[in-house]
Amino acid sequence: MDNDYYVCTGCALLCDDIGVEIEGGKLTKVHTACRKGVAFIKGCRHPLDSTVKGERTDVDLAVKEAASILKNAENPLIFGHANSSSGAQKIAIGIARRTNGYIDDTSSFCHGPTVEAIIESKLKTCTLDDVRHKADVLIFWGSDPANSHPRHMSRYSYFPRGKERQRGWEEDRTAITIDVRKSDTAEICGKNGLYQIPVKGDTEFMEALTSALSGKVPKTSYDFDKKRLLELAGILKKAKFGVIFAGLGMIYSLEDFEPLYRFMDKLNSVSSFHLIPMAGHYNMRGFNENLFKETGYINRVKFNGAEVLHGPEYSVVEALRKKEVDAALVIGADPLSSLPRSIVRYLEEIPLITIDPCQTLTSTKADVTIPCALVGVESGGAAIRMDGVEVELKPMVETDRLSDEDVMKRIMEEL
Amino acid sequence: MANVMEIYQLLPKTNCKECGKSTCMAFAVDLLARKFKVEDCAPLVREDKYRENYQKLSEMVTPVGDVTETGLIVHEDKCIGCGNCVVACPVNVAADPTGAGSGKAPTCDRIILKVEDGIVRAMNVQECRRFGENKILCVACIDTCPTKAIEFV
Ligand code: SF4
Ligand code: SF4
Ligand code: SF4
Repeated sequence: MDNDYYVCTGCALLCDDIGVEIEGGKLTKVHTACRKGVAFIKGCRHPLDSTVKGERTDVDLAVKEAASILKNAENPLIFGHANSSSGAQKIAIGIARRTNGYIDDTSSFCHGPTVEAIIESKLKTCTLDDVRHKADVLIFWGSDPANSHPRHMSRYSYFPRGKERQRGWEEDRTAITIDVRKSDTAEICGKNGLYQIPVKGDTEFMEALTSALSGKVPKTSYDFDKKRLLELAGILKKAKFGVIFAGLGMIYSLEDFEPLYRFMDKLNSVSSFHLIPMAGHYNMRGFNENLFKETGYINRVKFNGAEVLHGPEYSVVEALRKKEVDAALVIGADPLSSLPRSIVRYLEEIPLITIDPCQTLTSTKADVTIPCALVGVESGGAAIRMDGVEVELKPMVETDRLSDEDVMKRIMEEL
Repeated sequence: MANVMEIYQLLPKTNCKECGKSTCMAFAVDLLARKFKVEDCAPLVREDKYRENYQKLSEMVTPVGDVTETGLIVHEDKCIGCGNCVVACPVNVAADPTGAGSGKAPTCDRIILKVEDGIVRAMNVQECRRFGENKILCVACIDTCPTKAIEFV
């Protein structure tokens, strides 16, 4: 991409065609980013200060204090990472290793299983660039990009012209939504584009579609119109390059992935289908991939000397519920507002460190807060897009705040 | 979106001609096209008995800063800057096939729609397919908008 463009870190689409105008070191105009992206790029209303026990300090002291908390802990938790650059994530893994800590993000109840299946080649996938150039059948299953990833349909999936899709969306692409409600995305997919299913009806719908693709009569306990199901199977069969954009709506309602594997296998025996997880935060997928490279696991890891332990018992939820951690470092996340209160309440009882550009609910309860630059706006680095493509980030404006990677580096040095 | 009948129903329906139009219906048509403001109906503003209707009308016919020559209005409060309309607009595709037409940042200044500060802006509206001699009823930007932020009056 042209060097004049920047990358938006507002969501995991990491749009890399953002133009900015700068006056006196401040952003005055942002071109091409969506409203969500612009809000993100323009930064937080309440930047985080460097504090120890509520008192403002310089960063050096806060870093020392953070390191001493981690040193004194037997089982620290290093949590967050979804809004954090790959460089910072890698050092976070190093810190967890050095301190015999737990390391996790929210992916185990999010897109973790999907990303894991893709890394292990259990699900066929493709890049968003493939989607732009080739995809003719798009299925938004339990996902609503019109709200979560505003430029998804305009930039990659539905509307753009691509090498093998030159005639525009009306002729060249078919967009379908499978969801429990008529989302904004469904609205764009048109009258026949929505397959509305009951809550938790995804598995059955998937199995019925698998039957339909095998030429059997598709049955569901909720009596979904068989004719429409067969029609849909027909569309899927005829696809040259199909893509399923799997949202949390679909992932949440699957008890296990077997029906999805069967469905994808069947699909790929009659046509060609790919799956991309609709990761939300800009480097959610990056954390899974970076941890996998280091440990062979995508999340829920505990280091124990040279040993790497992994499993549900090492998840953030279990570790907090069983009160097995005795200090926590939170970076690039706000667990106190995003996780159930009953679980995260324990974070307030233990020494807590927060690293973030902005004040968050979590930072207000932290013993040590260390501000960092807003990645992609004030500092560079790299991140991994929802489709697994690594994207280079560069700063748009200057700042005297340390990058998230530098903050982590400083803590590591103190350890 | 408001229609003429809904607007008409809320007017005094006395055909008083104070606005300069011969009938309230004619005023309704022009109000919908934003050629008039709600306040241009003097009795509606003046007389207490119309107060409720006045209020309703003011909400229904939101004033727009910029009605472009083609009548294209962007409701900025609704627009989320997704760029669907930018990529779908046939004029944009023709003018900038590898930029705006391919979902990327625009690379040419002859396009009609582009996103700035997270909201779509209209320019070069005289190029819009709804305008000029060979005009057609293009709906590409309306149909592709998830929030119905684009309206033609
Ligand atoms: S779609 Fe996501 S990455 Fe793209 S501009 Fe919007 S917020 Fe930024
Ligand atoms: S009506 Fe058609 S030509 Fe005019 S701005 Fe909308 S999409 Fe473009
Ligand atoms: S399609 Fe609608 S919401 Fe999206 S940029 Fe255009 S006007 Fe705004």
